[in-house]
Amino acid sequence: MSPISRGFHRRHEAQQPPDRVPPGQYVTTDFPVLSAGPTPHTPLTEWTFSIAGGREPKLWTWEQFRSLPSETVTVDIHCVTRWSKLDTTWEGVSLDVLLAAVEHDARYVLAFSDGGYTTNLPLADLTGGRAWVAFSYRGGALPSEHGGPARLLVPHLYFWKSAKWVRGLRLRDGDEPGFWETYGYHMYGDPWREQRYAGD
Amino acid sequence: MAGTAVRGRLTWRTATVESLVDETARVRTIGLSVPGWAGHLAGQHLDIRLTAEDGYHAEREYSIASAPGEPLAITVERLDDGEVSPYLTEELRPGDQFELRGPVGGYFVWDDADGGPLLLLAGGSGIAPLRCILRRRALAANSVAARLLYSARSRDDVIYRAELDRGWDGVEVIYTLTRRQPPGWTGYARHLDRQMLAEVAWPAADAPLAYVCGPTSFVETVAAGLVSLGYPPGRVKTERFGATGGQ
Repeated sequence: MSPISRGFHRRHEAQQPPDRVPPGQYVTTDFPVLSAGPTPHTPLTEWTFSIAGGREPKLWTWEQFRSLPSETVTVDIHCVTRWSKLDTTWEGVSLDVLLAAVEHDARYVLAFSDGGYTTNLPLADLTGGRAWVAFSYRGGALPSEHGGPARLLVPHLYFWKSAKWVRGLRLRDGDEPGFWETYGYHMYGDPWREQRYAGD
Repeated sequence: MAGTAVRGRLTWRTATVESLVDETARVRTIGLSVPGWAGHLAGQHLDIRLTAEDGYHAEREYSIASAPGEPLAITVERLDDGEVSPYLTEELRPGDQFELRGPVGGYFVWDDADGGPLLLLAGGSGIAPLRCILRRRALAANSVAARLLYSARSRDDVIYRAELDRGWDGVEVIYTLTRRQPPGWTGYARHLDRQMLAEVAWPAADAPLAYVCGPTSFVETVAAGLVSLGYPPGRVKTERFGATGGQ
């Protein structure tokens, strides 16, 4: 039973239907920036996206990546620091397209980024039209502070799983923690089950 | 960094307000007693949960302002259109209670063994975790050299002003006052830029460790500036407070 905080009350009427906003989250119209270190700036001529750990390693240059079929999606995103942002529009390449190019029987993925960031996900969460490598936000190039030139977009999990500056995936048999997961954040991170920290 | 991971499940605990200190017109430090609090590292944060009489909950995340071993405290800046920060900075009285859990986060931390020299760069209320690091350094009698560059709008907006003006041995405190300066002010009076960093930052050759905390534009400018001065990105740790980012 939570103690009542004397004098505290709701200041804003709920602006959104509760089926859009997971427990413990509030809706913001800003797009806060959170990252652990400096923003990397990799020239597109040096940028590649690779998938390792399958039968054959696979690698796309920026030009090759951008010639893949892409789609525009409008999704809600949920940050573990408690802001949610509704109806964000992105353009990206579905992970279904990228993973179809690799023969594998992996069950987990470690995504890796410029700057050394990593995050772990079950492979099943990257397939079925639920995950993209996004290169555009609101019709423009993805700004570097938001993960450009390209970031992972996995909106059904807390947003730290949507790795900024993503450069590739390592396919894995087992689940191993990435950057924030090593510091006690949840291995899976489902916002609807409030899986913020290990043990949640 | 080993040993900083959160262990086991973080449970909600009842916090009771022990003390309230107005740091500026908009910022207040809240001292708390939290039975069962297992301790924390300088730079970590915590979650709070407020519960209204009708059962409505609101959760937020705050940096821990007190050093390890001191009574737990958070420093909160009021955002006028916010829901939680106006309550914490205006309504809250000693003896009031809310829930809290933590500590959370293990990357933006400094402890005795991490060394330095330390370069701490604060924008506005981003000073909170950096003051915590300076207190940790002092309590541990650590002699690693430290420089704090603190960007505030005016003297009146400087949080922890008395403590920072007293200072600590081996710590240089440098201000830039971006909007209003007192008469006779000879210090920096502009937004932090690469030139200021070049003048203030330890040379990269000294293998400094930098902690940057503030609003996004501040953090972007500072972190990029330090990298351009030769700081390896892995030695520049950042934490950001946007208009809604955790406040």
